[in-house]
Amino acid sequence: MHEETVYDALTAAHGDDARWAFGAGFDDPLAGVDTTVPDRVEPADLGAYCLMLGDDALVLSQRLIEWITRAPELEEEVAFANVALDLLGQARLLLARAGSVGVLGRSRERAGASIPDEDALAYFRDPDEFRCTALVVADGGDFARTLVRLLMASTWRLALFTQLQSSRDPVLAAIAGKGVAELSYHRSHAARWVLRLGDGTAESHRRAQAAVDFLWPLTADLFTPTEVEARLAPAGVAVDPGRLREEVHGVLTDVLTRATLTVPEWPASAPPTGRLGQHDPGRSEELTDLLAGLQGLARRHPGATW
Amino acid sequence: MSRRGPAAEVDPRGVAERVVDPELPMLTLADLGVLRDVRVQDDGAVVVEITPTYSGCPAMGVMRADLVHALHQAGFAEVDVRTVLAPAWSTDWITAEGRRKLAQAGIAPPRSAPSRAAGPVPLDLGPSRRSAECPLCGSADTEELSEFGATACTALRRCRRCREPFEHVKEI
Repeated sequence: MHEETVYDALTAAHGDDARWAFGAGFDDPLAGVDTTVPDRVEPADLGAYCLMLGDDALVLSQRLIEWITRAPELEEEVAFANVALDLLGQARLLLARAGSVGVLGRSRERAGASIPDEDALAYFRDPDEFRCTALVVADGGDFARTLVRLLMASTWRLALFTQLQSSRDPVLAAIAGKGVAELSYHRSHAARWVLRLGDGTAESHRRAQAAVDFLWPLTADLFTPTEVEARLAPAGVAVDPGRLREEVHGVLTDVLTRATLTVPEWPASAPPTGRLGQHDPGRSEELTDLLAGLQGLARRHPGATW
Repeated sequence: MSRRGPAAEVDPRGVAERVVDPELPMLTLADLGVLRDVRVQDDGAVVVEITPTYSGCPAMGVMRADLVHALHQAGFAEVDVRTVLAPAWSTDWITAEGRRKLAQAGIAPPRSAPSRAAGPVPLDLGPSRRSAECPLCGSADTEELSEFGATACTALRRCRRCREPFEHVKEI
């Protein structure tokens, strides 16, 4: 039997008519990719690491999507949507990688059997099962805070992905290799905006400085390895986040100084909290709200199909 | 086996190469440079390898289904479409023919992708160094209106001479 339309082709490709309603649905993003775990690596560690990097991307993507229909100009709305889509794609690949090594936690039993791994992880984990950092969870605030946060988060992530390209896990290395060009573009877009805001009007300067002062303390745990990273980094699979500090501080100091903003003292390194699912009290509440928006419909109708 | 096989002269690579991109339908998947390999296994199954342009490319599912659909129609019963993530796609993989078709459709094709040295990616704070000729009047005097466009792979520019806005496939 031959299919007549793209829709028919999409459904026929899966051999049944019912499609999971809320997620990626149609295809496994890692279809055909060799997902063998490299030797001397615990699958649970690899999966946990993929969740950390995937959750950062998923949550930041959702924060950017909150601007859709609300951005001050159409071009910036399109920019946020594009950046969010890139991050969502990175999240999807990373969560699929976590699923491929069996790290699904309780999400699988909550989601049911028919839902793809990455959707089970995105829609059916509770806040304390998310391993994202405080920096991406914090409420987006105003336009200035959104762009200062995007600058900080993309600077950290770009520094990480640049090094992760040589990971001994070929899937992580490939995901990082694709992400580098995307993140370079995000970082330069955010940096140009921070220059414009910091060196703009008195009001835009005031808001940009307030954003910097608010977000700065949230970077305290970004350079502290979790136990998982401490095991995976020497094995050549993960990047020790401590090695990112110099590059990240250098780039941020450069941009903020040129933007005539005051660079605060760097916070002392703090032990990881969000990475362990132990989100700080304020952040925990914000993450719960964010996930309610992201997951509410899918959880209300588990296994719903169209 | 009762299933209809492909006519002996049908080349599965040719069939796959003619499938068009869902977002830039003036381009075939071969023009876009996302088709990595097409081969027939000993058991007769066709294996097609494709690579995403961007991590979040929403067109991958449709590309996959369109490939399966086209190859089924050509008589290949077993089709396995696989994803290849590395090496990452770059706009340098868009063929000369693809660039010609983009320009003909009013979309400025990409120039050479920026080369990436090993080590940290340098920060570029100046005005965008991307440039493109107006696909409508040919003027080189064009400006960027938005670094992001209607699809992941395009930016929006305007010609200073004929004043028309146009899309530009941005170099990555």
